[in-house]
Amino acid sequence: MKLIKKVLTAAVATAMTAGAAQAAITDNEVRIGYLADMSGTYRDLAGPNGLEALRMAVEDFGGTVNGKKIVVINADDRNSPDVASSTVRQWLESDKVDMVAGLVASSVTIAATKVLEGSDAIGLVNGSAASSITNEHCTPNHIHWAYDTYPLANSTASAIVAEGGKNWFIVTADYAFGHSLENDVRTVVERDGGKVVDTVRHPLATNDFSSYILQAQASGADVVGFANAGGDTVNSVITAGEFGLAQSGQTVAALLFFLNDVHALGVQTAQGIQLVTGWYWDKDKDARAWSDKFYKRTNARPGMVHAGIYSSTMHYLKAVEATGSDNAKVVRAEMAKTKVNDMFTKGGYIREDGRMVHDMYLAQVKTPAESKNEWDLYKIVRTIPADGAFRPLSESKCSLVKK
Amino acid sequence: MAMTETKSSRNTAAQEQKKAANRRRTIVYLVLLAIALIAPFLAYPVFLMKILCFALFASAFNLVLGYTGLLSFGHAAFLATGGYFTGYLLSNHAITPEIGIITGTIAAIILGTFFGLLSIRRQGIYFAMITLALAQLVFFFYLQADFTGGEDGMQGVPRGYLFGFIDLENNLAMYYFVLAIFLLGFLLIQRTIHSPFGQVLKAIRENEPRATSLGYNVDAYKLVAFVISAGLAGLAGSTKTVVFQLASLNDAHWHMSGEVILMTLVGGVGTLVGPIVGATFVLTLTHQLAQSAVGDWVNVILGVVFVACVMAFRAGIVGEIQKFAKKNFK
Repeated sequence: MKLIKKVLTAAVATAMTAGAAQAAITDNEVRIGYLADMSGTYRDLAGPNGLEALRMAVEDFGGTVNGKKIVVINADDRNSPDVASSTVRQWLESDKVDMVAGLVASSVTIAATKVLEGSDAIGLVNGSAASSITNEHCTPNHIHWAYDTYPLANSTASAIVAEGGKNWFIVTADYAFGHSLENDVRTVVERDGGKVVDTVRHPLATNDFSSYILQAQASGADVVGFANAGGDTVNSVITAGEFGLAQSGQTVAALLFFLNDVHALGVQTAQGIQLVTGWYWDKDKDARAWSDKFYKRTNARPGMVHAGIYSSTMHYLKAVEATGSDNAKVVRAEMAKTKVNDMFTKGGYIREDGRMVHDMYLAQVKTPAESKNEWDLYKIVRTIPADGAFRPLSESKCSLVKK
Repeated sequence: MAMTETKSSRNTAAQEQKKAANRRRTIVYLVLLAIALIAPFLAYPVFLMKILCFALFASAFNLVLGYTGLLSFGHAAFLATGGYFTGYLLSNHAITPEIGIITGTIAAIILGTFFGLLSIRRQGIYFAMITLALAQLVFFFYLQADFTGGEDGMQGVPRGYLFGFIDLENNLAMYYFVLAIFLLGFLLIQRTIHSPFGQVLKAIRENEPRATSLGYNVDAYKLVAFVISAGLAGLAGSTKTVVFQLASLNDAHWHMSGEVILMTLVGGVGTLVGPIVGATFVLTLTHQLAQSAVGDWVNVILGVVFVACVMAFRAGIVGEIQKFAKKNFK
């Protein structure tokens, strides 16, 4: 069975290379499909503003590549892998989409990339966190751009230990995702000479975190880490704010926490939390200039996902322009050949497993006294250099990585 | 003499009328079948397969809600169980899809028997709450279990070769396979409802104490109906996994149990075609809205539809049409 699969893959690969020889933009249009959660939990993470970022990229590129029109269509994935799978299939078969952008919930992204695998279209993943997307679920048809859980867990932990936070208490969501985050953090903390004092597990979608937070407070640990996501992290942070963890001298570290979450909670509640981000709108001149344009259109500051969508789309369109082709294999090769130098990152590059490697940042949420306006939320504590930020290829389980 | 004559003529008239009704029903079914057969050439096959899977799921649910009067709030557990078992077998063992689907269905039947034994002793809201609680247990089990892939879901399930030689990667082949499964499930429900067994179920729905007083073992009847329904829901889930090549937590979530109630209510509870119409309506609506400019409003619009349905036309689309037909074309 495995052999047949290998032979088939080889056959498909040869067929694709043969097709690529006559590189051209098919159907006289470059069609981009934006698939994201437009109505549910992750609406603020990517959602309608992500579509706006995509449109900005298309407009800034001039609306055409080599004289061929760039067309953007979009759909709501409703956080359902079924919907994602059928939408992407339909886009490939009926709408002849060349690139799929957005891609938020990890189940949605994996479903979409499985459909993309072997087609002529490429997926640029920005919303998803799961590092498995470029590990065991890697395909030659997608690139993971803005961030993933590996730096979120590892860099947050090692940076905080380096700042002196040796004793950790971890609040973990009780399922595979939380367990793996907890393990990642534990490995790094112990490697760097710290200690995990205790952990506590809570079920998915818990509303009342007070008993967990009180345990964390009573443990006397220097650092309280939240190995959970989404609504659970938000609730943990609110409760930690209510019990005054930061004020009582404990460092609060959220592993999966985004600009829109901080904005929604406000600096009063979220102050002092340390987190890792792939990008921050106020990090440098280029980022500020772009986010000013974004702000004018959406009345909100972009998060790293929005910036990633813009950056990846620009990089994609440049590759299409350079090669004169919208074939996934050709474009992907070109994208990997050129470095990413834009408002998102300087010197970013795409690895063979599809991971775009770039600097990450350890940030701390400002206190109400420091914050000058509603979007002035982070101060960058330190830069995590690109090379140490992401999972090293030597640990990769991706089949595309040659060993 | 004269009296018996009128009586017999009245009888034959009634029989004639019944025959005519049967003929009409057969025509309706044939038209629907013809539409189903040519549909993949007119619309997108994967979407049609999704509709068929959910139509089967809703029909199975309707068997307990519409014909037995049990509001189960845990049917998602059966859908997911079918899906996960089939997905696991197809991903890890070299078996053909039909064996995978049968195994998934059997798993759902076993789970349904267990659920049924525990829950049918209670009625109304208590029954709903027990099924919901059990389904939540199942949800958290699948969330934590290793083989399901947690919230990433089970992905990349191979469609494989039906009976070992029909390539299901071909969407048309897949469509007709799903259609066959759906028709099989639908026929089973149709036979169940129109059998003496189905008559007893309806009697239980209308007046449970009276059915008991007539000597029927009400619990046994309810259990069998529940297990059939669970099995068919599992069949729908198994088939869905083969179609989409994935099984995810969404199927086990209580939202799914709610969605199937919505489909059944909108289409028409206690009508045979109602759930099919309901599933088609709800899925088409969400599909169209998801790709339109008002995409952000999908959930709000679905909510409004639900409220409108409960307030204005309680019998659902098909139920209201039947009422209208009865009033005007008798």
